[in-house]
Amino acid sequence: MASFKSTKIPIYPKLGEKVTPDTLYWKNYKAPVQIKEFGAVTSIDFSSLAPHNYAVTASTRIHIYGPFSTEPVKTFTRFKDTAYSGKFRSDGQLLVAGCEDSVVRLFDVSGKVALRVFKGHTKGVHVTDFTSDCYHILTGSDDYTCRLWDIPNSTELTSYKEHTDYVRCAITSKLNRDIFITGSYDHTLRVFDARVEKSVMTMDHSQPVESVLLYPSEGLLVSAGGRYVKVWDLLKGGQPLVSLKNHHKTVTCLSLSSNGQRLLSASLDRHVKIYNTTNYKVVHNFDYAASILSLALAPDDESIVVGMTNGVLSIKHRKSSEEKREMAGKQRMQPVYRIFVKGRNYVPKKDDFLVSKPVKSHLAKYDKQLKKFNISKALDTALESWRRNKNPEITVAVMKELDRRGTLKNALAGRAEQNLSLLLKFLIGNVVDPRFTPVLVTATEMILDIYQAVVGQSSVVDRQLVCLQELVEREVDYQQDLLEVLGMLDTLFAASLPRKEVPCPGSSRPNGLAEGCLGAPGPQLQSA
Amino acid sequence: MVAHAEIRVVHLGGSKINFREPVITNDSRFLLCASGESVKVYSSSSEECVHDLQGHTDLVSGIVRNPSNHLQVYSCSADGTVRLWDFTDGILIKTFIIGYPIYSIYVSENHGGVVFVVVPMANDKSSELFQLVAVHLPLSGDQEVEARELSAVLCDVSPSGAASFGRKGEYIAAVKGLQLEVFFFKKQKSHRFFLKSGNKKGAKNAFTCVSCHPKEDCIATGHEDGKIRLWRNFNQKKEYTYSTLHWHHGAVNTLQFTPEGTNLLSGGIESVLVQWHYTQEDQKDFLPRLGGAITHIAVSPDGSLFCTSHSDNKITIIQSCVKVSAIIQGLVKGEGVRTDLTIDPRSKALVLNGKPGHLQFYSLHRDKLLYNLDIVQQEYIHEEGLDQFEVVKAAFDTRGDWLATVEERTQKGLELEINLKLWAYDEQTQSFMLNTTVTAPHEDQITAMCFSPSPETTMLVTISFDGHFKAWLLADHSDTKEGASWSCDFVGGYHHLKPGCCCFSADGSLLAVGFQEVVTVWSPSWELLTTLSQPPGAIRDLCFGRLSCSKYLLGTSTKNQLCCWNLLTCSLEWSTPVDVSLLQADPLSENMAAFCSQSGCSDLFVFKPGEPRPIYSQKALCTGKVQRAVFAPRDQMLESCEEHAQWLNRSQLYFFTQHMDLMMFSTKTEEDRLLASSKRLMVDDTVAVTPFYLLLGKHRQQQEALTNPMAERIQLPQGSIAIKELLYTPAHVLPSASFLCSMFVRSLLISSSSASEEKEPVEEEMESEEEDSEGEAELRDARQDLGGSEAWGPGEELGAPALTKAQERELRRVKHFDHSWLSSILEC
Repeated sequence: MASFKSTKIPIYPKLGEKVTPDTLYWKNYKAPVQIKEFGAVTSIDFSSLAPHNYAVTASTRIHIYGPFSTEPVKTFTRFKDTAYSGKFRSDGQLLVAGCEDSVVRLFDVSGKVALRVFKGHTKGVHVTDFTSDCYHILTGSDDYTCRLWDIPNSTELTSYKEHTDYVRCAITSKLNRDIFITGSYDHTLRVFDARVEKSVMTMDHSQPVESVLLYPSEGLLVSAGGRYVKVWDLLKGGQPLVSLKNHHKTVTCLSLSSNGQRLLSASLDRHVKIYNTTNYKVVHNFDYAASILSLALAPDDESIVVGMTNGVLSIKHRKSSEEKREMAGKQRMQPVYRIFVKGRNYVPKKDDFLVSKPVKSHLAKYDKQLKKFNISKALDTALESWRRNKNPEITVAVMKELDRRGTLKNALAGRAEQNLSLLLKFLIGNVVDPRFTPVLVTATEMILDIYQAVVGQSSVVDRQLVCLQELVEREVDYQQDLLEVLGMLDTLFAASLPRKEVPCPGSSRPNGLAEGCLGAPGPQLQSA
Repeated sequence: MVAHAEIRVVHLGGSKINFREPVITNDSRFLLCASGESVKVYSSSSEECVHDLQGHTDLVSGIVRNPSNHLQVYSCSADGTVRLWDFTDGILIKTFIIGYPIYSIYVSENHGGVVFVVVPMANDKSSELFQLVAVHLPLSGDQEVEARELSAVLCDVSPSGAASFGRKGEYIAAVKGLQLEVFFFKKQKSHRFFLKSGNKKGAKNAFTCVSCHPKEDCIATGHEDGKIRLWRNFNQKKEYTYSTLHWHHGAVNTLQFTPEGTNLLSGGIESVLVQWHYTQEDQKDFLPRLGGAITHIAVSPDGSLFCTSHSDNKITIIQSCVKVSAIIQGLVKGEGVRTDLTIDPRSKALVLNGKPGHLQFYSLHRDKLLYNLDIVQQEYIHEEGLDQFEVVKAAFDTRGDWLATVEERTQKGLELEINLKLWAYDEQTQSFMLNTTVTAPHEDQITAMCFSPSPETTMLVTISFDGHFKAWLLADHSDTKEGASWSCDFVGGYHHLKPGCCCFSADGSLLAVGFQEVVTVWSPSWELLTTLSQPPGAIRDLCFGRLSCSKYLLGTSTKNQLCCWNLLTCSLEWSTPVDVSLLQADPLSENMAAFCSQSGCSDLFVFKPGEPRPIYSQKALCTGKVQRAVFAPRDQMLESCEEHAQWLNRSQLYFFTQHMDLMMFSTKTEEDRLLASSKRLMVDDTVAVTPFYLLLGKHRQQQEALTNPMAERIQLPQGSIAIKELLYTPAHVLPSASFLCSMFVRSLLISSSSASEEKEPVEEEMESEEEDSEGEAELRDARQDLGGSEAWGPGEELGAPALTKAQERELRRVKHFDHSWLSSILEC
């Protein structure tokens, strides 16, 4: 005697992206704080000093924000034109910024007036940086040059005129004070050594370069330009390692997450993509409201700051562990775990006499009814409001089971107005759900068959029937449209695929009996 | 039938055990059932087959207990004989030749020396009319007796199970169609009762079964529409009455009163055993979900055990209508076998679908059903005309870690429901666990399915009539909680043709898919490498060559062609016009077996793809088409030197004939070896000292003394096969300890009623009696020679110095007892 087998509730795959540790990590941020700046935010830079303030360059100003403030801690306004690339020195004491008026200014973070002014560029300076020994400044300008400046003397040390277009990005090595890398709109990346007069390495990005980034080890270089993000191996003489094409508009900014395991790229297509730096697969994706120009991460990924073309600065802070615990506490309203395990984890002692009790299998309410062949009641229990709303798959599974037993029609029949409208409500809610459609369409047809005689007797039911009809018609139209699109796509795919000839000996020469007789000695199976 | 003497075709898997009602013996220890041409004796507690009573030459059609001797049964068969058996020893006692095919047999305690059998009216097999005749069994000492003394009792009865003896055998009731006929033996008169065919309210009044109350005048009849009628007062023609009980919604297949008449048992397609209380019919007990539809119910004479036969070749033994105590399950076969035969690489069991929604694992080595794996996992609704899920395909991967099954349900006018399930082998529970369910993997029927044999990837390919083939890959999501699951990796097709078969090459580097007339060959990266075709005729079967022949691809087409392509040159190597119904490759050698059907018979050809010359062929293997076949790898390689038997060295070939009989090819040497190993099992000589041993030892020692009177030292009991056999007989076959003990104790008592005991029926003990008398004579001599040597027999210790007359006699009796009983063991 086998026991009753309960109704199988199919587990439907969860739609949408899969939950990975990465998604959990990157989703663990609070709702973003938005600050309106005066113009497009072109650069964000975090100070490496303890409170980790950050400098936001937008329009003719540089604002310095504290980690949790929405008001600027400090503002630098002494720019005559649009400011660019406000950068902290590694000790967090000095800040350098370029400007459209070709003047580079150096500020003390606590002061207001520029400490030094470097003049020499002939066009706007879009990129500035400190060298790792903190005594020099690197600048790149639209006059196709990049220059090194000495801070104490405020004099120009060297000028490199190798680029043939605007220099829009540059980075200095953190390990060697003499090495720096520039990227330009002439599609090249150049590695310079301050001790040598010419560039030591040139790489072709084949797109105007918007951003460059060095790995902490400085063995790998990342460049962004056009829709591509490319990774270069510097130790192998600038050999391209990977080319990533995950954005559909120009990539404007690059950043590494603090542990160097993830690479972030921001683009004008309003997305920030996060890559795994071991296999360069996209592991997560952030969406923003406008095209992104700048992106920066606080140390330890405490916050993500993004600047956009519409002048909005969006700051996401990481949820602290306390808050998480608070959230968990709110959810735990159920009885404590030990109540469930009470007496069940008792280990029998040596002399105890064990009385084995048959384990009573628990059946769901609808299964109990199904076991007794109470089909209408089983459907009623499956249609209980909480079950119907929360787990429609259970209701559908019971309907399917009834259909399998050939009794769905009987179960649906003989219902009063209230009960029928309940049923119709469920159908209206779920009939177009592709997971349930096959079963519910059968049920709908049966209902229409059974109750066609009483149409017009109840206004509620009639209204619902009309609603159902509209729903089905809409769905049919929709499906038709989709099929049309599918047909178009097929044509496109077929046209784009190169036509490949399959080697087919049958088509070129007769592969028939004649040849078979010529080849092997005549088949003998028959004669055996 | 057998072409070469060394290779023979052996029948496997047994026959139906649910053909006729089983019989439980008086002591409820054995259960007898008809199984093909033999009667099987099962132990009701251990479910093991104890004896196989062989002798009939045609289908056994009925078994009944001999009412005059509770250790004997009658069996009847379509070969026209009734045989009397001693089932404890498994001996044929007598054969009564009736001369007509017999369809069922009935006996009654009150009709001694008479059996009632159902035979055809006219003396030919084609006759549709049957009669119940009484056969007087002549008393004769011969083994074979002709019983020609027939007298007709009832005309026009149904051939099976529709008659029953009433109270004290006064009348017999038989049903057929819409009539109930009761024959009174005293009056030699019969009453007939008719029912209307009754189309009203879907009533179907046709009788299906009948059972008479053992103590009262009451007849219970079962009907097509599930009603049970209780007939009373039927000795009058007019004033009879009946009451109706209705619970079954399908036809009542069988009815049985318990021996005391307190309960009525009924069973039908619902697979629920219903127990009606005889006087209060509104009270009933149910025992639901017993398996397939109940076809027969039998009750033990003391009423403690019930057993039910089921349509899925199963007998369930139930203790007092509460608990299922044992299940005897045979191999389920028949029209429902839709999966191909496959071999589980782990258990080496043959796998095919059996019970609805289950896969059965049948051990070829032990010729026994191992277990059933529930595939569909749904409550089976026992109702006629319901579309149920059926397992239609099953496939194992090469290591046996994965099992893929396809189940489908066809509904009238509605689309097909298909589920593809993938099962992972779980080491801990030693069974398959459901891993992934794919609902609607294809839009149409799946025609073939195979796992890739390559060790790197776990890949499954399914082929469907919707014109596509799909490759499923095991994707490991070890970073998430769900673990590994299967997903679709590739969908392929070829010019919207319907694919029919697929095959992986032995190393998994090529996949061949037959699209009607075209064979397409695909690489693992899903590039179409080449196409082969041999029009006309669609491709029916595809097979890659193995080992040294791996460059060949074989295909059979519907237009009677067997083609062999060379994959290196992509050209046809050879082809031959043969109607191959089935092509099977041996996984362990290059050999291939092709079953060809020719003029109603099947032929077998075994060949290597390299050379179009069969290494073995057998014409007229069986009638009809061979349905399924499989090569099962052997555990040990056989070393056979005969050239034409070498193909059986690594694997054995099993196949299903048209009548769904499982057959096997086996060699003579192999059978000899098997026989030898079973003999070796019995030989052993060290025996532990137990009371049982002492009892026997005493006996042995006496015999030893007779043969070797000079031997002074005590010898271990050895030599006699009888005792060895006794000691090595499985415990469940031995008589119970209480039985042995009481006999042992009784032998020690000086009985005053020895005279009465000697009056036992001695028919079957005649030979042993003779031996006894001989033994006794010698025994007396031995006593005088070796008086002291019995000292270690506890029974004899008391009377060691000198034997009194009484002791002497008692000893004789002990010997007599043991001997007869031993000889009975010896026969088994």
